[in-house]
Amino acid sequence: MNGVNVKKPRTLRRVLRYVGKYPISLIGSLLFSLLTVAATLCVPVLFGDAIDCIIGKGNVDFDGLIAVFIKTAVAVGVAALSQWLASLCNNRISCNVVRDLRKDAFAKIRKLPLQYVDTHAHGDTVSRVIADAEQFSDGLLMGFTQFFTGITTIFGTIGFMLITNWKIGLIVIFLTPLSILVARFVATHTHKFFVEQAKTRGEQTAFTEEAIGGLKTTQAFAHEDENEQKFNEINGRLEKAAMNATFYSSLVNPSTRFINNIVYAIVALIGALDVASGTVIAGAAFTVGGLTKFLSYANQYTKPFNEISGVITELKSAFACAARIFQLIDEKEEVSDKDKEEMGEAEGYIDLENVYFSYVPEKKLIEGLSLKANKGQRIAIVGRTGSGKTTLINLLMRFYDVTGGAVKVDERDIRTVTRRSLRGNYGMVLQETWLKSGTVRENIKMGKPDCSDEEMIAAAKAAHAHSFIKRMEKGYDTLLSEDGGSLSEGQKQLLCITRVMLALPPMLILDEATSSIDTRTERKISDAFDKLMKGRTTFIVAHRLSTIVNADCILVMENGHVVEQGTHSGLLQAGGAYAELYNKQFS
Amino acid sequence: MKKLFVYFKNYKLQSVLGPFFKLLEALFELFVPIVVGLIVDKGLGAPVNGAYPNADTGYIVKMCLLLVGFGLFGLVFSVTAQYFAARAATGVAADMRKDLFKKLQALSYKDIDTLGTATMLTRMTSDVDRFQSGVNLALRLFLRSPFIVFGAMITAYFVDPASIGVFAIAIAALAVVVFAVMFICMPLYKKTQGKLDKVLLSTRENLTGARVVRAFCLEDEEKELFDKRNEELNKGRKFVGAIAAITNPLTYVLVNFAIIALIYSGAIRVDIGNLSQGSVLALYNLMSQILIELIKLANLIVTVTKAAACGGRIAAVLDMQPSLTVEDDCQKETTGAFVRFDNVTMRYNDEGEPALSNVSFAVNKGETVGVIGGTGSGKTTLVNLIPHFYDVETGDVFVDGYNVREKGAQSYLRESVGVVPQKAVLFKGTVRENLLWGKADATDEALWTALKMARADEFLLEKQGLETPVEQGGKNFSGDQKQRLTIARALVRKPEILILDDSSSALDYATDAELRKGIRALNTTTFIVSQRASSVRDADKIIVLDDGKTVGIGTHNELMQTCEVYREIYFSQYEDGGETV
Repeated sequence: MNGVNVKKPRTLRRVLRYVGKYPISLIGSLLFSLLTVAATLCVPVLFGDAIDCIIGKGNVDFDGLIAVFIKTAVAVGVAALSQWLASLCNNRISCNVVRDLRKDAFAKIRKLPLQYVDTHAHGDTVSRVIADAEQFSDGLLMGFTQFFTGITTIFGTIGFMLITNWKIGLIVIFLTPLSILVARFVATHTHKFFVEQAKTRGEQTAFTEEAIGGLKTTQAFAHEDENEQKFNEINGRLEKAAMNATFYSSLVNPSTRFINNIVYAIVALIGALDVASGTVIAGAAFTVGGLTKFLSYANQYTKPFNEISGVITELKSAFACAARIFQLIDEKEEVSDKDKEEMGEAEGYIDLENVYFSYVPEKKLIEGLSLKANKGQRIAIVGRTGSGKTTLINLLMRFYDVTGGAVKVDERDIRTVTRRSLRGNYGMVLQETWLKSGTVRENIKMGKPDCSDEEMIAAAKAAHAHSFIKRMEKGYDTLLSEDGGSLSEGQKQLLCITRVMLALPPMLILDEATSSIDTRTERKISDAFDKLMKGRTTFIVAHRLSTIVNADCILVMENGHVVEQGTHSGLLQAGGAYAELYNKQFS
Repeated sequence: MKKLFVYFKNYKLQSVLGPFFKLLEALFELFVPIVVGLIVDKGLGAPVNGAYPNADTGYIVKMCLLLVGFGLFGLVFSVTAQYFAARAATGVAADMRKDLFKKLQALSYKDIDTLGTATMLTRMTSDVDRFQSGVNLALRLFLRSPFIVFGAMITAYFVDPASIGVFAIAIAALAVVVFAVMFICMPLYKKTQGKLDKVLLSTRENLTGARVVRAFCLEDEEKELFDKRNEELNKGRKFVGAIAAITNPLTYVLVNFAIIALIYSGAIRVDIGNLSQGSVLALYNLMSQILIELIKLANLIVTVTKAAACGGRIAAVLDMQPSLTVEDDCQKETTGAFVRFDNVTMRYNDEGEPALSNVSFAVNKGETVGVIGGTGSGKTTLVNLIPHFYDVETGDVFVDGYNVREKGAQSYLRESVGVVPQKAVLFKGTVRENLLWGKADATDEALWTALKMARADEFLLEKQGLETPVEQGGKNFSGDQKQRLTIARALVRKPEILILDDSSSALDYATDAELRKGIRALNTTTFIVSQRASSVRDADKIIVLDDGKTVGIGTHNELMQTCEVYREIYFSQYEDGGETV
């Protein structure tokens, strides 16, 4: 809680900076709101005057009435028009500010180090850009429309009441805030119910997520009844917690309304007595019309007063949301490489010199790794899960920066060139495929947007993807939903391979690139792979040792260290870790 | 939607009492303008030259106390109403969640595939929550607003029958405005929601695909796309906002012109002597109340419409019929085979290609069967038909002589078939709890035997044995450890049929071989699905699938002679002839 409080003024200032980008709307909003309040405050006064024109039988001032009505019509017109204009301004501000915030947040996402992307739940980041921004927008809009008008209304009303009848005015001013006290009392005492509700709901969501996510397993083991029992137990508790939270928090409105009703009764009492006794205030007798004005004002004054506590809560949570977005925008970016040179087309000599790296300082991973790959060489990396294979690839592509030593391409430290130009020289196929929502064509042409359809089809044929793409509903123009949708893992991998076959970069990284493809198809595309790798420096990570026997150099990794290095036959003869791994496969 | 009303049956009393007490509260609010009118007319008495010599102070005090009394009654009634509304809303929501969960658990594999986990989760959580607050609000306020609006009109009739025309016209005009704006805005809101989904898609894709986007240097294109979608959302928002913003000013104008009309017509009748000043005041106050109520109603309608949309989605799930067929009268067949497929064809969706076509084979008790074939050849589909996870389109599947569709066979199938699915799923809790899923009353000894056979004993001993905690999704275990644990879980139940669906893919070859040897010794009828020829070559029978068709059934040696596809698979993993690579 403290952390949030400290940040609050900073958040406010930053929000204002975003709002400040739209000065005309801002001024318009303030001006029109002010005009709205002034005009709406006039209306009850005018109606009060109108009531005063109607005294009794044969005692009605029709001329005065018409005059008052004309004034009223003007006031109402002005109020309505300025209210609409103010809404337009507010709407514009809140929509644009949120658009700008989202834009900045997204711009940030592309500059975040992969470390952040890997270690933070994607759902959380998405909810900052979407849900938090949404709530912030709602809060901002509400704040603009109600906060300012609310406060001006309150002051306007107080001023008017004090001038016309200071006695009643003072009573209203001192009594009405009671409703805020009551509201606060209820809020603090119901907080624990809300906490309880949120906790139980979280528990239920977590359980449901697991039960539904593993539903097939649950059914396979006929475990439905046990799950249901547990669910119902949590559900029962949630019902109670929800009941408490809902009921106790709903006490706010009736109790504040009760206080307002009392204020109303008192105004009626004192006002009526003043009228009866003919009390003279500010040089004029207090009339029935004056009482009417006061009663309307008592209503009008209490309304924003009651609402303002709600607006403040809303604003508070809007600012909390804004703070979460700012937190994302403030994340440390990748070291900028604006001033670095472009790499150009690389030859493909790769050097790792005494490289140190770990994801977290406490857990050492790669220590003192050195490795040299000549142009066109095929380097295979084998080892158990967690031995550092994928880490090595992260370093080669500069998804992560080394903590010691250097990675060099063509004798140049990769930190001296732009990331873009470095990565442009690599073609990459990962075990975890990723396809974007769009057509098959868009996905394949990703690495070479300006290529012809003939080139694309040739690549797809080489990757043995052409036949299944052709069978799809609209061939290359078939729309894929997010992450490939109905395609099987193997088909997705084939598309990713096609992508690389089309782009033809000088260096390749194949991280379990064929893990989901059946061995028969794998064999069929191996020729194409061989052709692709010819003349290109290639790093291969593979589970199946059969795919790497032809490598120029095999690295066996264990706990971040290269424990063996050599060719397939050499390593087999040496009878070390590689030989053991290999024999395990085919014993 | 109608289906949802059933849920109010258990809360009939609360659902009626909630709005009822709210109406009582509203009734007292309607009395207030009348009392104020009385204070002016009777309390002050007839004015004489601007003074009130006949004022009745006692009467004024009495009436103001009455106002306080009304407030008190209002408080009591509205708290009572809130209580009943909350009771009904939370109760209905809880019952709904309970039924939803039950319903989801009873869905067939096919339904699970079509619905998707994310959808099921949102139905269970946010949709029910929204519905709950919608119900709560509707019970409290939905009847109240129309009641106040029409109540004000009726009260006005008693104050001054002639005024009813003005009220009727004003209310009709207001209704037209409110509903017209709503009618225009609702589809627009829906459209902007779709645009928001696009923005969300862009954001999520750039996180999940961060590596690929950067590897292909697509950051600029992606940013352009996001900015475009963001701008479209912004435009949509501003447009619908501008239209929605008309409601309040317009209702304000309407109500105030109605007040002018009221006062003017009132003035005419006061002049004749048919009406008093206090009555005009009362009419004015009644009309003001309508304005306040309408603003509340407009906000409420948005919330309730959203809640109704959620309710519709919930109802859609509740309406789903589990798609699995169960039949009563099936004959026990006497071919003697333990598992038999008779000309089975199966399709996941009606338009698509069949996942399996015309598959027939028979397996004897105790045999080990290998199922092999390329990606998408129908291996998993085939084994999923044995425990009746899916329905066949044509043909029959028999287990122990019974058709799997038969009603009586369902519980037998669930209890005697042990499945180790492709994706290793573990549940939060301890290793023991997870293993006991296999058989609730298994002894520790039996658990360890299963663990040993699945080669999961060693790494567990390094942790806390059976008490080792399992995090959600089994995150604290590596891929191969998870697979070993799920294999152990299936072994715990000592199944009559064991199905290993490519469930040793993360294991190294040596462990895989040891595991198979152990399972063979159990003499259980076993189905091993794999892409590795080495995993199935020792099987009594190997079924080779290609594009959903059986292209070969037999032993390794037979298939090497007769089956081209099998030979290709085999040679793609073993170099010609020998067993080396």
